[in-house]
Amino acid sequence: MTTSTTFDAPAVAPRRSAARARWLAVLRTPVGAGAGLLLALVLVLALVAPLLWSGQADRIDTSAVLQGASAEHWVGTDALGRDVFARVLVATRLSIGLALAATSIAVVLGLLLGCAPLLLGRRGGRLVTAGVNIAVAFPGLLLALFFAVVFGVGMTGAVLAIGFAGAPAFARLSQTLAAGIAERDFVAAARIAGVGRFRVLLRHVLPNIGEPLVVNATIGAGGALLAFAGLSFLGLGVQAPSYDWGRLLQDGLSGIYIHPVAALAPGVAIVVAGLAFNLFGEAVAKGIGLTTALGGGFAPGRASRREATRRDARRGAATEDQGLPVTDPGPEPGRPVLEVQDLSVTFPGAHGPVRPVRGVSFRIGRGEAVGVVGESGSGKSLTALAIARLVEQPGEVTAGRLHFQGADLLTGPDRAHRRLLGTSFAMVFQDPMTSFNPTRRIGRQLAEVAQEHQGMSRGAALARAVDRLRSVRVPAAERRAHQYPHEFSGGMRQRAMIGMGLMGEPSLIVADEPTTALDVTVQRQVLDLLAAVRAEDDVALLLISHDVAVVGQVCERVLVMYAGRVVEDLPADQLRTGARHPYTRALVAAVPDMDVDLDQPLPVIPGRPVDPAHQPPGCAYAPRCPLASARCTDEDPALDDDGAGWRVACWHAGEVAADRDVPGAAPVALALGERA
Amino acid sequence: MSELRFEGVSVRYGTRRRGMTAVDRVDLTVPDGAVVGLVGESGSGKSTLARAAVGLTPLSAGRILLDGEPLRRTSGPRPVQMVFQDPYSSLDPRMTIGDSVAEAVPRGIRSADRRREVARLLELVELDPSRAGAYPGQLSGGQRQRVALARALAARPQVVVADEITSALDVSIQGTVLNLVRRLQHELGTSMLFISHDLAVVRYVASEIAVMYLGRIVEHGPAAQVLGDPQHPYTRDLLAAVPGWSPAAPDTAVPPEVAAAEPADPHAPPPGCRYHPRCPVGPLARPEREVCRTTEPTTDHRHAAACHFAAAEQPLARAAD
Repeated sequence: MTTSTTFDAPAVAPRRSAARARWLAVLRTPVGAGAGLLLALVLVLALVAPLLWSGQADRIDTSAVLQGASAEHWVGTDALGRDVFARVLVATRLSIGLALAATSIAVVLGLLLGCAPLLLGRRGGRLVTAGVNIAVAFPGLLLALFFAVVFGVGMTGAVLAIGFAGAPAFARLSQTLAAGIAERDFVAAARIAGVGRFRVLLRHVLPNIGEPLVVNATIGAGGALLAFAGLSFLGLGVQAPSYDWGRLLQDGLSGIYIHPVAALAPGVAIVVAGLAFNLFGEAVAKGIGLTTALGGGFAPGRASRREATRRDARRGAATEDQGLPVTDPGPEPGRPVLEVQDLSVTFPGAHGPVRPVRGVSFRIGRGEAVGVVGESGSGKSLTALAIARLVEQPGEVTAGRLHFQGADLLTGPDRAHRRLLGTSFAMVFQDPMTSFNPTRRIGRQLAEVAQEHQGMSRGAALARAVDRLRSVRVPAAERRAHQYPHEFSGGMRQRAMIGMGLMGEPSLIVADEPTTALDVTVQRQVLDLLAAVRAEDDVALLLISHDVAVVGQVCERVLVMYAGRVVEDLPADQLRTGARHPYTRALVAAVPDMDVDLDQPLPVIPGRPVDPAHQPPGCAYAPRCPLASARCTDEDPALDDDGAGWRVACWHAGEVAADRDVPGAAPVALALGERA
Repeated sequence: MSELRFEGVSVRYGTRRRGMTAVDRVDLTVPDGAVVGLVGESGSGKSTLARAAVGLTPLSAGRILLDGEPLRRTSGPRPVQMVFQDPYSSLDPRMTIGDSVAEAVPRGIRSADRRREVARLLELVELDPSRAGAYPGQLSGGQRQRVALARALAARPQVVVADEITSALDVSIQGTVLNLVRRLQHELGTSMLFISHDLAVVRYVASEIAVMYLGRIVEHGPAAQVLGDPQHPYTRDLLAAVPGWSPAAPDTAVPPEVAAAEPADPHAPPPGCRYHPRCPVGPLARPEREVCRTTEPTTDHRHAAACHFAAAEQPLARAAD
């Protein structure tokens, strides 16, 4: 057996160092740095202050009782003539120490309660959860007072009281976090592998909920500090002769009209220390995003889809910058609906800008159906978002030319573009559940488009919405217009989404993986619908899909994208047997169909797609290409037109295609071994 | 390796009044050393059946037998292992892949042997054993799915359940995982329940195919026969919907009610034959076939097809092809 999977990254360290880098990044933000410094100061003070100043703080001087601020006593003296400033400094240790002790009680108890449902099984777990729910409903201070009475007045009592009072909130938090992790497949897999509940908790759940818990414990420590000061102030906490800030505050308060600073000093100390804990916690929470436990990576397409903000696009000299070959946008069909030239999308990355879409050029004629295929990460969805002006900050779109229905989308007023896109351009996304607002009725959401862009009245817009739903074959359209998105099945929702696109009079529908989330039987219905809509109103279609077969079935022309570039633009009927680019051939060959030879291994594309952050200088496909030569690795081929509208970017275009009976890449890919 | 048998298995979610039956009285056998492909649309109960087989979901009726013995919850790795759909969620992001695999290796093995075993398993799934210290975040989807396979095999399972293991992968990578599954199956003779919505994928891997619709198995037989000569109208619809290379011909023969029909709601399965509201040869197309609305079909037809008119439709389906 052979094993030669190659990896480009070094082995173990990255994950750990990445975590460290994240924490360091937190300390580099202004808030993080300030809070970190403040917290360090408070902690150092807690350690050293009693050593340095306790003599001064405890020295009774009856000759200087209840003095005001002076050069000798910065914030005056107390009833026994002790220096209040020194006492505030010395009290840091006890105040912080007690707050931390109370917090650890809260965290430990909270964790135990929070993780108990995982260990106890269903019935016991429910009981614990119910108990925690009741405890959470009580105000924290009330609980603290209650426990203070139960445990007796004094330091120990107060620590236990605040610790117990803080536990329910922590229990709830860890319960929620743990339940989220416990639902994930890797926990199920561990259970199937025979890992016991306790080990699952230790090995899988706790490490994945650790970060948010640490952050919340930090913030909780600030709260405990305040609560403790409150209890001491009320006389329920630290008792004389010991003293903490709350105690000092109470002492100072009796003379507040005479010596206000004596009360203010411990007050300020409480605020500063509380702020230090809270701000630090907040900064860390923001810095690590609290979602890092779930992994993730560079996915501009997904991140940018969520919200549609308009980005300013610049006419860019993108191509010249990158030394990319200028691409020919292909033959000019009649009056093109869409004309894109040298479209690029750039995101800032850790090591300089990353360009997931690099100089894409194409035209779509009136009523034409163009497909875009490629692996995930090839930039196909991002291209569509860039055309629709939906690429979100910090992504930046540049293009030599971006014309929609003759209007230049790169220049001119924003409002006009929005109106033009709102009425003449329709977009259908992969997941129709997330592209509708779940709290509003379908009909109203459709009507909104007409109200916003065509200035229709509410009633007329709704009537049009019903009409459009009918046109996309939603049965009982009138009734269904009054339903919410969750009452629609996946296929119906996708129809409604297409219907929303038809509220205006679109000349172009961009459909980004419209059937990927649907079952095959429903997929065909949606594709048929798109075809019918297209035929009826002469609407152009840009269909983005990972499924070569679907695109080949629906479209007239296919753009094949790899590593952010169009590598081939060919007639759809040539896709299966006539493709000239080795990548297109390999992609087509990799799709299993109902005629695959069962005695042969499936053809695959060896290697893995290019990381957009590390584009090679030459052809991006060269490392995986069976035809690659020295020229391929040095020089990126231009997307050349053969004169009949067939464009291909390959130095060896069509070299194997002479033998059209064999899908070119298959035998070569097998010869190279079938690993990815 | 061994035989996995489902006998009258039902799984209900929710309460008695407001629940749904995800799997309804399913009888299915995964013979020793065979790969049974289970196809059906989302909501048909395929994944629930898989989770029931590995003990992640309790049964509300029926039983699951392994070599004639009821599955028992024992300590240590379970005899039925599962590979999950999403390789990005099925590996602990904070654990090295070596540790993830080692976790499933049966206890009572010295740590040096355990390491050797992990290396052997990684090699078995065509991954470089020196990468055992890598975290899942450093691996591609296809590589992660191999790790998941290695983990399942580490437990020395008698049956492996593979739930849509390629649907989260790119087509270009899908092939590598399918080739691997086939190679391992040939080498180790593992019995498998292979779940997928993609008939072309199932056809490539499975020796038998079972078709599931709304919680019930509606057809089951040898792969070549089920695909070549489908008995149940739903199987025929599934086959017709597979995207092929010929331009899709619009279905003129299908009545509009059927073409526009929505997938049934598993919360309220229709009475009689569950497929009748969508069936192109059922009461919508042929009003005289009222029996479909009222009576649940038996399965005493070829391929155990649960259709009143399975035999009668035979010639018509051929003609349509």
